[in-house]
Amino acid sequence: MAKHEFRYFAHEGLSNMFSHGFMSFAAIGITVACLLIMGTFTLVAVNANELLRDLEQENEILAYVDDTYTEAEARALQSKLEAVPNVASATYISKEQAMEDFTAQYPGEALFQDLDPEILRDRFAIKITDLRQQSRTVQQVKNLEGIAKVNAYEEIAGGFITVRNVATVVCVALILILFVVSVFIISNTIKLTTFDRRDEIAIMRMVGATNGFIRWPFVYEGFLLGFLGAVIAFGLQWALYAAVARGVDANDALQLIQVIPFSRLWAPVAAVFAGAGIIIGVGGSLSAIRKFLQV
Amino acid sequence: MIRLKDVEMEYENGTKAIKGITLTIEDGEFVFLVGPSGSGKSTIIKLLTGEVEPCAGRIMINGFSVSNISERQIPLMRRTLGVIFQDFRLIEKKTVYDNLSFVMRAVGAGPKEIRKRIPYVLNLVGLEKKADSYPTELSGGEQQRVAIARALVNNPNTIIADEPTGNLDPDRSLELMSLLVKINQLGTTVVVVTHEKDLVDRFGKRVVTIDSGHVVNDSVGGYVGGNIHG
Repeated sequence: MAKHEFRYFAHEGLSNMFSHGFMSFAAIGITVACLLIMGTFTLVAVNANELLRDLEQENEILAYVDDTYTEAEARALQSKLEAVPNVASATYISKEQAMEDFTAQYPGEALFQDLDPEILRDRFAIKITDLRQQSRTVQQVKNLEGIAKVNAYEEIAGGFITVRNVATVVCVALILILFVVSVFIISNTIKLTTFDRRDEIAIMRMVGATNGFIRWPFVYEGFLLGFLGAVIAFGLQWALYAAVARGVDANDALQLIQVIPFSRLWAPVAAVFAGAGIIIGVGGSLSAIRKFLQV
Repeated sequence: MIRLKDVEMEYENGTKAIKGITLTIEDGEFVFLVGPSGSGKSTIIKLLTGEVEPCAGRIMINGFSVSNISERQIPLMRRTLGVIFQDFRLIEKKTVYDNLSFVMRAVGAGPKEIRKRIPYVLNLVGLEKKADSYPTELSGGEQQRVAIARALVNNPNTIIADEPTGNLDPDRSLELMSLLVKINQLGTTVVVVTHEKDLVDRFGKRVVTIDSGHVVNDSVGGYVGGNIHG
């Protein structure tokens, strides 16, 4: 594209945008709203995912060693446990250590202070990589010789997975719906411009302008609408996120929730907003101009 | 050169507008295309500009075969034509200069070329002082001269004028037709569709008469035949 052509397209696109100020305002507004809703849900999902990952990491399976095993034999099971697929780590806890942990939970209660560690079993605290495969992993650990019993909180693991899956599905569905709505609104705004300029388009076609030449000013207009929407949405998203993060930090009841700082998220958010805004804008303008280009 | 060979054209609603027309217009010719309303004149213009495709026969325009032209070649073919309409079709919110410059830009002309060509063409049609006027500030005759300037500005081989005097009084019609003759004398092929018998007779050019989708007369010197007002 020649420099003078680019200047012409940019000028035409910009003046198209201003000539339908209200519709352009509406198109930018709806893009901002859609990106903001998409962004908010995505950020909630990202934070929920991070929280779930933390919880996953804290989720432990306890594998109890057979009473008849000596400490040396019990420790030897570690390598076998770590060889089981999906096992991230296996930490040996002797019966003495387990008793110390137990009594530490009840400080000052004489009833639990003089217990013999021999009433407990040596055990392994196992962390797994993928919660979804926990049942199979538990079964494989149970099948190991020397493991007497396995305790796992499968309902909690299942709950984590359900929450994450629902958040992901809702997020994807919202993104798809809002994306289509945005494209539709921008497409209608550009249609108004093309309708207003139908004589001009007809003359351009009559004198031999290529479809590309006719299309570019409208594509540029759509690009501008989408990009402006993305910039405004990004600013608002940043402010909203920071306000919510401050609110969560200040609330004692929500101390368990660690909000990811926006400084870690701004780059992907900016890239996704800009990309989505441009795709919405350009997609909308291409769909609007299509029927005017039929020869 | 324009060549139509056994061309037939039927619209989707079943109207058979052209029924086997064969016609040749050589480079540099001035031809009047006359006939009553509904005779098929406008359909011929649409066929020549690639707006509609023939159902049968072959059409060659300035080296392009319109009958089986690809979509990519249509703009290139149209650049060899300058079309003038009865209703001028000027962009009212653009000045005379901008009405011309935007069609030059549409075919990829640069700013230097535009600055050089537009004053020349405006001078040719006698509107060099109206460059900054808007179409609504001009008379009908002046608006049609802007339309002629717009048709000429990309230096086409052929000018096709569809009822160019339809909205003008007799004096302005004569003035405009004289301008088209002058353009023809500079080497451009001119095809004028009209039903103004007096005007046709006055210029003594080749006249092709169309009636009911057929060429019923093709002669030089003036209109021959019945009532062309339909």
